[in-house]
Amino acid sequence: MKDLSLHILDIVQNSISAGALEIKVSILEDQDRDQYSMEIIDNGRGIKAEDLDRVTDPFFTSRTTRKVGMGLPLLKQNAERTGGSLSISSTPGKGTSINVVFGWSNIDRPSMGDIGSTMALLISSNPAIRFIYNHTTASGSFKLDTNEVIEMLDGLSITSAPVYNFLKEMINENLREIQFS
Amino acid sequence: MSHVKSLADLRKLKEDLQGKMSLREKSNHPESMVQVKVAMATCGIASGAKQVMEFFINEFDKRNIQAVVTQTGCMGYCYAEPTIEVTVPGQEPIVFGYVDTKKADEIIEKYIKNGELVEGIIPVKYQSIEINKENK
Ligand SMILES: Nc1ncnc2c1ncn2[C@@H]1O[C@H](COP(=O)(O)OP(=O)(O)OP(=O)(O)O)[C@@H](O)[C@H]1O
Ligand SMILES: [Mg+2]
Repeated sequence: MKDLSLHILDIVQNSISAGALEIKVSILEDQDRDQYSMEIIDNGRGIKAEDLDRVTDPFFTSRTTRKVGMGLPLLKQNAERTGGSLSISSTPGKGTSINVVFGWSNIDRPSMGDIGSTMALLISSNPAIRFIYNHTTASGSFKLDTNEVIEMLDGLSITSAPVYNFLKEMINENLREIQFS
Repeated sequence: MSHVKSLADLRKLKEDLQGKMSLREKSNHPESMVQVKVAMATCGIASGAKQVMEFFINEFDKRNIQAVVTQTGCMGYCYAEPTIEVTVPGQEPIVFGYVDTKKADEIIEKYIKNGELVEGIIPVKYQSIEINKENK
């Protein structure tokens, strides 16, 4: 994965595949503690206790017949390479939460990439799912909730190119404000 | 200082678009529209599925083609990512592999607009992507 925003797209796709109807994506850039954390919380079907340890094991796939993919192991490995970690907690029937921490200043930390287009794509192409995005840095925070967008659109479809492009630009402009000030 | 967009600006955008979109929405029967599903699991994302999806969203709009673009999980053709499934109304879905924006352009112009076949079709006995997902 080239950047963190692609990892987020990938991890959120797991939540969507798990039938989640509400997905929270929270990013916290904490330079004081030298941590770049991302948390994805969903209300999807959850992961069984006995599978929980195994979903991030890159060797799990080769040892069993059950297909377990690359998304989580790859993210875990990338986080650990920067001195960070990945943890998962999940309750079957309730949902899953993935917390991943990267070393903020570590040279191996991928850049955020185009998080505006990732969130805009998710929000505008999954109208039935409520996304709540929160991005906090030392200089402030930015929040966007699917419900607020739907309210503003007042009946107009959220799934359209103009809405997608608007959301993408809006997110990136607001993040620039809290990143370089 | 330049203006930073907020949700309030969305309301202005909405007013600009309203006429145009409400006309479109009246004819929004998904079965009567072109449908494109982009495989968005790890292998797809790592090989550029996001740009491909963005390309379809924007180009259908620019070229005035009524279409729904959605993302889906793994379609099971990791070797050929990015892969997409295209359904033209009244026809069987077709899966294309190795789709970059150049191929996507060709798919719109030749296959979707004119019904001509283009290279890159993955032969599958058709199963909907949803079914594949359940089986994995
Ligand atoms: N949010 C979630 N809710 C429920 N199950 C999940 C969630 N995230 C991951 N899982 C489970 O963990 C498995 C591994 O996830 P991972 O992203 O690593 O691979 P994958 O999605 O199966 O395949 P891919 O390589 O395409 O990502 C999934 O197959 C799924 O069973
Ligand atoms: Mg995955």
